Amino acid sequence: MALRAFDSVAVGDVLVPQSYGVTRATLIRYAGASGDFNVIHWSERTAVEVGLPGVIAHGMFTMSQVARFVTDWAGDPAAVLEYGVRFTRPVVVPDDDAGAEIVVSGTLEKLDAEAKTAVVNLTVKVGDDKVLMGSRATVRLA
Amino acid sequence: MPVNPEFIGRAYPASGVYEVSREKIRDFAVAIGDPNPLYRDAAAARAAGYPDVLAPPTFLTVLGFRYVDDGPIADPALGLDYSRVVHGEQRFVAHRPVYAGDQLTSTQFVDAVRTVAGNDLVTLRTEVAGADGEPVADIYMSLVARAAEEK
Repeated sequence: MALRAFDSVAVGDVLVPQSYGVTRATLIRYAGASGDFNVIHWSERTAVEVGLPGVIAHGMFTMSQVARFVTDWAGDPAAVLEYGVRFTRPVVVPDDDAGAEIVVSGTLEKLDAEAKTAVVNLTVKVGDDKVLMGSRATVRLA
Repeated sequence: MPVNPEFIGRAYPASGVYEVSREKIRDFAVAIGDPNPLYRDAAAARAAGYPDVLAPPTFLTVLGFRYVDDGPIADPALGLDYSRVVHGEQRFVAHRPVYAGDQLTSTQFVDAVRTVAGNDLVTLRTEVAGADGEPVADIYMSLVARAAEEK
């Protein structure tokens, strides 16, 4: 995988959307790897008790999938200089084999020719819900 | 009990140095489903010009949970009801990549505290530094403690 060339992109470019699946099993593995054992990510009873629709994905898990989208587009994880998201809707993960599908798309919003950086504006949806808004990444290109 | 605004600016250093390991990076990469060899294969990482495997961009979230007991979230005097907390915003600013072998220190600060319509909003900043004290990353996290529902 090679770092994407700065000269190959333009403001307004639409990044090819990608889908990422998440099941209850994914949440267990992510809890272990991240150290986030918050019960709302594995206990249906507790999630409902605190007013959520059911077990929801870790916000940081969803953010990690958007990061995959950006690093795959950029061609190098070390190229991601800044990256921010706002969590707007929970990602409910049903207890079945299909789970939920996170769809990430993006457009190239800004270019800085001196720094050779690009700002990508990201849209993240599960079904019709925009689960992340105002999400942007700044990437240094080749 | 609403969140205490006197906590703004207070520093909470982590109680230890976090040693970034290849195996932890591998487990994290598997958990997020990213097959990029730069996270899993030291030879591939070195061939790409890096000293060791890279950590994925959101990996530093691990430090927050590793040292959560040292931070403001765990301080009962802050007044945050963690059982009603949901994550509002998160932003990473990378000063350099994170590699296996890094020895990271981190300090958390309460940047802002607000109460809006009964919801408590807390913004935390974590400054992560390397073994020589050089800046590695700044992490901004906003948490929302949702207002209790009417019974």
